[in-house]
Amino acid sequence: MVTTTTALESALLEIAGSVPDPELPVLTLQELGVLRAVHVRGAESVEVELTPTYTGCPAIEAMSLDIERVLHAHGMRDVTVRTVLRPAWSTDDITAEGRRKLREFGIAPPRVREASGPVPVSLGPTRTLEPVPCPHCGSTDTELLSRFSSTACKALRRCLACREPFDHFKEL
Amino acid sequence: MTTTVSATAALALGDDALVLSHRLGEWAGHAPVLEEEVALANIALDLLGQARVLLSTAGDEDELAYLREERAFRNLQLVEQPNGDFAHTIARQLYFSTYQHLLYAGLAATDGPFADLAAKAVKEVAYHRDHAEQWTLRLGDGTETGHERMQRACTALWRFTGEMFQPVDGLDVDLAGMETAWLESVRAVLHRATLTVPEGPRTGAWSAGAGRQGVHTESFGRMLAEMQHLHRSHPGASW
Repeated sequence: MVTTTTALESALLEIAGSVPDPELPVLTLQELGVLRAVHVRGAESVEVELTPTYTGCPAIEAMSLDIERVLHAHGMRDVTVRTVLRPAWSTDDITAEGRRKLREFGIAPPRVREASGPVPVSLGPTRTLEPVPCPHCGSTDTELLSRFSSTACKALRRCLACREPFDHFKEL
Repeated sequence: MTTTVSATAALALGDDALVLSHRLGEWAGHAPVLEEEVALANIALDLLGQARVLLSTAGDEDELAYLREERAFRNLQLVEQPNGDFAHTIARQLYFSTYQHLLYAGLAATDGPFADLAAKAVKEVAYHRDHAEQWTLRLGDGTETGHERMQRACTALWRFTGEMFQPVDGLDVDLAGMETAWLESVRAVLHRATLTVPEGPRTGAWSAGAGRQGVHTESFGRMLAEMQHLHRSHPGASW
């Protein structure tokens, strides 16, 4: 079945995309890249496709409710939010504006990778990706404290120049 | 375009993820350092998310998690093993995450019912595997105590590792190829960590493993009692 996006669908996608992320309210869902599509199913009926950042991300339920609320407010009586897994979300889906806002918020944004797919597992300290700059002072002299931080999507690092610890939105 | 999902395979993989998630959750409030407490809880959350997707394809996720008896669970005996000391938890995670990473990578390349989840989860599990490998190196090639404990843990859990490569109905992956890759990877990590690769059997007599057939080890019943008691005591309760 060939589907084309209508003007109404584009408008609704923009409205749904303006919803802030419940855990990182500096980002919108559009900037986070988790909103996949909006399909109008009837006069006041709409289906939204949402993809989780991590399979177990607990924020997905809050996101669904927020999307329902904002679309109800724009006259859509019947809103269904469907979770889709394919294609899998990647940190490369975060927009350039999203990355800028993360850095401003004190979170080092994920580095953009050439190839998608799983993070290569390498033994030892040498990593192929470029260093993670400190979001506070910009120094690239930073070290990993823990691969997992306040949420699964972040790693905990420390800047060796300004001594501040910071979260890094790690590549997925 | 709809593929028939094999409930047997969904239960096997879903139960692995659910049970290990619960075991890792038991570390909350007990981990050696705060960073590790957070790391183990994050790995547990990833696994719980995977379990929810998998169990939902086999039936009602809550009924399956909270209302089945011990013999109805299809998880590997490896994942139900008690946490033990931190080295024990890391050895369990090394063996399992290496397996799960290879398994999801294999499934992601198919067009079967688990391909979507596998393609997503393989990226999460890459971090779990890396975490376990780095800790194996640090403990094995660290102090005398760390080395001793890590060796003890690797050896104790070795007999549970053969079960991972037994065929499961509906699981369309090259298990023999996966086993070769698993052995190669685990051996390399243990060597680098200056640990001795255990020599005991992994299959056959004196090995363990019939979790996929519903036969579980002693501590699993106690774990389930704790995991299920709230739901059983207050059926239908919600937050």
